[in-house]
Amino acid sequence: MSIDTEQLFDSQAVTRISQSQQEPEWMLKRRLKALEQVDQLPLPRLEKTRIDRWNFTAFDPVSVHDPVSSSEELPEEVQQLISSEEEDTVFVQKNSSPIYLRLAEELQAKGVIFSDLATASREHADLVQKYFMTDGIQPEEHKLSALHAALVSGGLFLYVPQNVTIDIPVQVVFWASGKGLGTFPHLLVVGESGSHFNVVANFVSDPDSDAVINGAVEVFAGDNAKVRIASLHTEEKETTEVVYRRAVVGRDADLEWIVGDLNSGRTISDNTTHMKGNGGNARIKSITVGAGNERSNLTSTVRHWGSHTESDITARGVMKDQAQSILNGITKIEKGAVRANGVQAEKVLMLSREARGDANPILLIDENDVQAGHAASVGRIDPIQMFYLMSRGLSRREAERLIIFGFVGPVLDTIPFESLKKRMTDVIERKLG
Amino acid sequence: MTAPELKIKDLHVSIEEKEILKGVNLELKGGEIHAIMGPNGTGKSTLAQALMGHPRYEVTKGDVRLDGEDVLEMEVDERARKGLFLAMQYPSEISGVTNSDFLRSAVNAQRGEGNEVSIMKFIKQLDKKMDQLGMDESFANRYLNEGFSGGEKKRNEILQMMMLEPRVAILDEIDSGLDIDALKVVADGVNSMRNPETGFLIITHYQRLLNYIKPDFVHVVMQGRIVKSGGPELAERLEAEGYDWVKEELGIEDETVESKA
Repeated sequence: MSIDTEQLFDSQAVTRISQSQQEPEWMLKRRLKALEQVDQLPLPRLEKTRIDRWNFTAFDPVSVHDPVSSSEELPEEVQQLISSEEEDTVFVQKNSSPIYLRLAEELQAKGVIFSDLATASREHADLVQKYFMTDGIQPEEHKLSALHAALVSGGLFLYVPQNVTIDIPVQVVFWASGKGLGTFPHLLVVGESGSHFNVVANFVSDPDSDAVINGAVEVFAGDNAKVRIASLHTEEKETTEVVYRRAVVGRDADLEWIVGDLNSGRTISDNTTHMKGNGGNARIKSITVGAGNERSNLTSTVRHWGSHTESDITARGVMKDQAQSILNGITKIEKGAVRANGVQAEKVLMLSREARGDANPILLIDENDVQAGHAASVGRIDPIQMFYLMSRGLSRREAERLIIFGFVGPVLDTIPFESLKKRMTDVIERKLG
Repeated sequence: MTAPELKIKDLHVSIEEKEILKGVNLELKGGEIHAIMGPNGTGKSTLAQALMGHPRYEVTKGDVRLDGEDVLEMEVDERARKGLFLAMQYPSEISGVTNSDFLRSAVNAQRGEGNEVSIMKFIKQLDKKMDQLGMDESFANRYLNEGFSGGEKKRNEILQMMMLEPRVAILDEIDSGLDIDALKVVADGVNSMRNPETGFLIITHYQRLLNYIKPDFVHVVMQGRIVKSGGPELAERLEAEGYDWVKEELGIEDETVESKA
């Protein structure tokens, strides 16, 4: 099967996107090169999910919006995602346009860079050239990454210099609004050695939006850096979201992913962490809740390159109605990654007979001197547990709720930010109805 | 509040089409302690589970009324909210749900919407009861029964009973697996709840628990029925002489129901 993307997005369209954002020449060249690859590359190959009939290309790739001067001008639903504190660092993008950006003065003084990608590509060309779609996600991986590279607009570049600590989580919102649109959010995060910071990124849409969201998150945690990144996805029913997240973890660095795949439409979520430096540690925690007719294919991958690297993938899925979700966990230990230790556990709780949930743990080990472990399960709520809880007076609904939240507890309870935990809890409650 | 009254009439219960209880009759009022005794495999626990509404136990015949209301018509949670409580022999382990969150949900479920207990008051009460049962504070924040020893689970069942203050409490072999100190603690907990508004049905096959909890009535179960009833002296005789004399007196050879094909 082929999608004739050439007709939809030609080099003129791509050039217009680049020029309208006043990008430097090298950025345009990269886009055009990626555009050429779009037609040649296949769709990504996914385990057990057919995506050949999903819409990845039929949309208008540009939808421009005016910036707002204060967060109070944002709609209520978007305001709820961010704090109104003046000293917080916040970025909001609506469709193609960054519409609100606020960098705490104190951080500016410390040399933190916080700007949209186009601006960053002019003002910090060396950094963006080095990190943007090079070692994280690459345009030539497949058709969708090439498409992303060709059509990306807006985007955020966060750069935290050496030994700089940011106490309050950096807040990011990518907001899709309207019909017939494609959006290409891109979050590029670079933490130099010894930096400490947290980022909370929200991917949201209006309830009636049928946007195709083709997004990317790239995170670089330098040597000894400590980075925590939360990526929370709550796109609505008619949307299709593809999100490729990549992290590169340096020597003795510590990285934590908190991933909430809580979309209501179609989702491809691929989270890959490269343990490059020796002694790095990464924890990947993810929750998904499937309801209605949702389709999702969610993959968490860790690749160990450095020696003494440690990783832990903890994934929980709750499936109801006719939702279908494939949860893949891949731990790959490369030759040379001696004394690496990679563990993973994927568990799926099925709430309905018509739902489908798969947990696929995969260990690939090319080095002898390592430790690795995996666990996976797909199960239903135990009727004897229900009996026990109900025998204390809890209604069926309340008993189920306790069991479900107990089930996702190993992920939810470890989230250090109360507001994020609360929001995830609320979304899960809403999805479980 | 009036004293509770539980009436069990001709109760027949099956598991997977095999009849275990073959017509149990029993009346219990507030302030009374009834002990159900009998060898293993005679249907004692089945009675407890069926009264609470365990999904594997099917009531095929009979009638159970609590304060005149049809218990068998009620969902499990409704039975609980009407004041029925079962301290289980094998309580479930629920991962990710803390003991105190669970207990607070249970207390609030009983009190009803708009009448929830304040967190402070709840914690105070919980601390007090845990102290009474010799439970370490850490139990409040541990996951419900997860990794608890047998004795800890039993104490936890009694803790729940004390927090929920049921009208009719059924204790299913609460003494099994307890050492003598734990047994005394559990018995003290039960005794502290003795009052005219609570009735107890205590299932055990050892008399030893009854040294610490004095029953008003003792019933012996064999072959899925109550075959003999009496006062506390009956338990003492069973302790001294075993069950053989009862079997002889009634002409019973095999007292069990479960072992027969």
